[in-house]
Parts: sequence; C-alpha cells; structure tokens
Amino acid sequence: MTDYPRLLPAGDAGLVVELGEHVSLAVNARVRALDRLVTEAAIAGLLETLPTNRSLFIRYEPLTLPHRELCSRITALLAHLPEAPEERGGRSWIVPCVYGGAHGIDLAPVAAMLSMSEADVVARHAARDYRVFMIGFQPGFAYLGELDPALAVSRHAEPRALVPSGTVSIAGVQTVINSVAAPSGWQLIGRTPVRLFDLGRGEPFLLAPGDRVRFRPVPHDAWTALEARAQAGEIVAEAVP
Amino acid sequence: MSAALRVLAPGPLTTLQDGGRFGWLRLGVPPSGALDPCALAVANLLVGNRRDAGALEFTLAGGAFAVEGGAARVALAGADMDMTIDGCAAARERSHTLAPGATLRIGSARSGVRAYLAIAGGFAVTPVFGSVATHVRSGIGGFHGRALEAGDALPLAGAAPQGPELRLTAAPPPTHPRVRVVLGSQDDHFTPGAIETLLQGEYTVTARSDRMGCRLAGPRLEHAKGFNIVSDAIAPGSIQVPGGSQPIILLADRQTTGGYPKIATVIGADLPALGQMRPGERLRFEAVTLEAAVEARRLLADWLDGLPARLVPLGLLDSEMLLGANLISGVISGEG
Repeated sequence: MTDYPRLLPAGDAGLVVELGEHVSLAVNARVRALDRLVTEAAIAGLLETLPTNRSLFIRYEPLTLPHRELCSRITALLAHLPEAPEERGGRSWIVPCVYGGAHGIDLAPVAAMLSMSEADVVARHAARDYRVFMIGFQPGFAYLGELDPALAVSRHAEPRALVPSGTVSIAGVQTVINSVAAPSGWQLIGRTPVRLFDLGRGEPFLLAPGDRVRFRPVPHDAWTALEARAQAGEIVAEAVP
Repeated sequence: MSAALRVLAPGPLTTLQDGGRFGWLRLGVPPSGALDPCALAVANLLVGNRRDAGALEFTLAGGAFAVEGGAARVALAGADMDMTIDGCAAARERSHTLAPGATLRIGSARSGVRAYLAIAGGFAVTPVFGSVATHVRSGIGGFHGRALEAGDALPLAGAAPQGPELRLTAAPPPTHPRVRVVLGSQDDHFTPGAIETLLQGEYTVTARSDRMGCRLAGPRLEHAKGFNIVSDAIAPGSIQVPGGSQPIILLADRQTTGGYPKIATVIGADLPALGQMRPGERLRFEAVTLEAAVEARRLLADWLDGLPARLVPLGLLDSEMLLGANLISGVISGEG
C-alpha cells in the first residue's frame, strides 16, 4: 500500500502532490481544495498550479523557492486539508448532447457490453451532475466525474486516430468532452455542439476545474440548428444560476 | 504604410515564438515558446529587444523574406544556417540593417535544428493569453495561429534603430555531454532494469520528433505495472514511455496532461540543447540530484543575464584579450 499524500519531483521546477491512488470525486474534491489553499497562501516563487484527477501539479522557480522549502509549505497546508472538503464556487451548465448513431458510434456496442438498452445508457449518463475534475490534454478539454458505476467500461485497446471536437465519451469512472479534434481511445457515446474552447468568443473557455455539468439529451434533428448557433459564437450550453 | 516582413518562401516550419505562454496550464494551454530560448535571447538582444520577445523560429531551414515599407534591423542566431542579404553573405550572431525592399534568404542548417530571426521592435501581432508564441495544434497565438505561408506580410512594431550594429563576443551557453534527468515522477512504474537501461543505453532522436516531443529510439524501457496511469500533469522535459516502451521527451507544445508513466524528467538547463538535436543524433542520459539540477539552472540563468555585457558595437576594438576580460568579469560577478 502506498501512503498518500505523496510529494514527487517532476524535474527541477515541478512538484506533484498526489492525494490518492485512484480517480474519484472524493480524491478530486481534495485536489481542488488543496489548489485553493495553495493559491490563497500566495507562496513567493510558486508560478502556477494545475489540478488534475488525483494530484496537484505545481510549477515553481527553484532559484527563488527551493524544493525543500516548497515541500514544507505544502506539507503545512496539507495538515489543514479536510478529509471531505466542502465544494466551493464553480459554475453550473446544462450541455445539450446528441447520443448514439453517427454522433456516438460506440453507444450501441457499449449498451451491448453492459446488457442495457441504449436508452438506459443515455438515461443514466444524463441523470446526474458531474464535476469538472480537470481541464487537460488540449485547451479546454474537460474530464468529468463521477460516472454512474453501472456505466463503467474500459477504453479501446487501439485509440481512434481522430475524433471530432464536442465528442462525449466514457471510460472507467469518467466522461470527457473533446474541446478539439484529437486521437481518442475512449468509448464515444454522443456529441455536443457546445464549443469548450473557442478563441473567437469573448470567453474562450467554457469550463474550469470544479464547474458542474449535466447533459441534456437532444434529438438528432436538433443538431444542425444548434451547431449553426455554436458556429456563430453562441455558447448554446445553458447556464444554471 | 508601416513596415512589414513579406514571406517569399516560408521554409519547412516557421512560426512566431517568444519566451512562452505561462499561467494557462490549468485550462489545458501549453506554454509553447522557443525550443532554444538561449538562441532566442541572443537574436533579440542583438537588435535591442527584450530577450524573450517574439521572433521567427526556423526548423532545419530558413526561407526567403522581403522588407517592405521601411528599414528593419535583424539578427539570426541558433542553428548554423547561412544568411544572405540581397545576395551577399551576412554573418549570424550580429545585427544587420536592411534597406526598404531588401531580400533576406536563410538556408539549411548545417548543424542544429532551430534558428531565430529577431527584428528590432518585434512583430505587431496581438498576444493571445499574454504571449505571441504559436501553438499550431490549437491555433493559438503567432500569426493567425499557424505556421508562416508564402505571401504573408508580418507587420513590424518598431522602426530600425539608429546607432552602430551590434555583435556578440559570445561564449556558447554552458553544455554537458549527457542529457541530465531527475528520476520521476513515475519511476516506480518501471522495473529496476528499465531505470538502468535508461541511464546506460544510447538513444537516437527520430524523424517523428517535433515541437511537442522528442521521440527517441533505443533500448526498450519495461513497465512494472502496465503503461496506463491516472492522467496527470506533464512537466517540461518529462520522459513519457507509452506502450511501445520507447521514450518521448515532452517539449514546449506538449499536451498538458497525459496517461502514460513518466520515468524521469530532463532538467530545465538541458532543454535548450534538446531543441537543437537533429533526427539521427544520439544521446545518453545521466541522473542528477535536484541540487545539481538547480545549480545547472543557475549557471544557465547567469549565462543569459551576462549576455547584454557581451554585446559590442561593430568596429570597436574587440580583441581576444578584451573578449577574455569580459568572460572573466562575467564569471566573477556571477549575479543574477
């Protein structure tokens, strides 16, 4: 058994603070709470943080903030990190999603794998609020969780060369939304016209770590109109007050 | 009409790069920026710019450019590429003032990969998230988020300065015969034999290398617990080992997070040299302590900070003796 938290060097200017072995909402909530503590501490020489699924990455300048000093500051903050921190801040979005067919080519095989109907998979996927665990891989690319355990499937052994932006896919305890076209080994169950990253928009990024997302199934014939509005720069996701 | 640099021939991959785009990792935006920041600094300082200002980054070969609408002062540094101005050979690592209409041609690199062409005052492009660095994959920054194409006209931000041309009485940046690494952050995902192989084996830079990563070929690095990890952050210089067991050193345009284990991380001081390694070149790794990595970082920072003192006006006395004196005083003062 590995003991957590673990402080691991990532080169001479990076530190990884690992809070757990697996991805879960409980571990990720602690990562985001630690991120807030570290940011509020305003440590001189700490340059930026990147909250990920189960760890916090810290970029720092070791010529002004020695590794040992950074580690002792982080260890002190960890002592104040609650086991189950309260979720704070973040925005809420309802994201329209077209499931299955050409927009979600793995929906039918996933349903078969899980011995469920496609409608059951969709209903379970759209039934809960997800938290943004991390934005990573590409600009604005969102990793959400936790997925209903009944929907747990593994990734494809061979990734697909390119899946379109807006693709909604699942694997393990997470569901992701592609911000850009990219290779992917995840199970593609749907697609949203919402742009998670659009440089032409006043607010280029839709989501940040800690935001809440719920999917709203929309019929296939709604795609063209929604896509045209998104193309024109409209967010098309619904902000929940 | 304000002055512009017209692209006559863009070269294989020419992008605008600066010191990098920092502070956006949490939203998935990599830093980008010059892969050889030392050469970027030299080119910029020679034309009176900040050392991390935006400049053109050439890859393996330069291109052809014309100055329109005004004069411009330029300098080329980095990989060993020939330059001509209106057909006449022009030396690297010194500034040249180009008359309106002059044509600049930059050839293929005899050694190294990336050279930087800086222009006094820089390019008048709008920074994106605080930087003009180009990330082609996501279309962020630079000139319309892409590599330069024939016919592009890059607007210049400033006029050519008055005063003498500058050259550099340069000592090259500190180098090390091996690529130094700090083990981790997932060295525990590899067999003890894999760590030994990484540190004893010889690796070759492959042609599939780019600004995202330096892809190596060499002895296989065996995973101890499979090649999937929970996706986490990728530091600059991270040596990621996917299922194929061949290492990839991740560079400035890397994805910000990834799900393959990282056996070690190249230290910051050795990243600029990696940006100049050509396909087919061989390298060996050496594990160092964090203390040694920080010491190397300090030496490089001192070298960069010492550059302005090594600029001399062309035509003034710059004998070997003076060169030596400058170097010695640079080492003794050691500030920075």
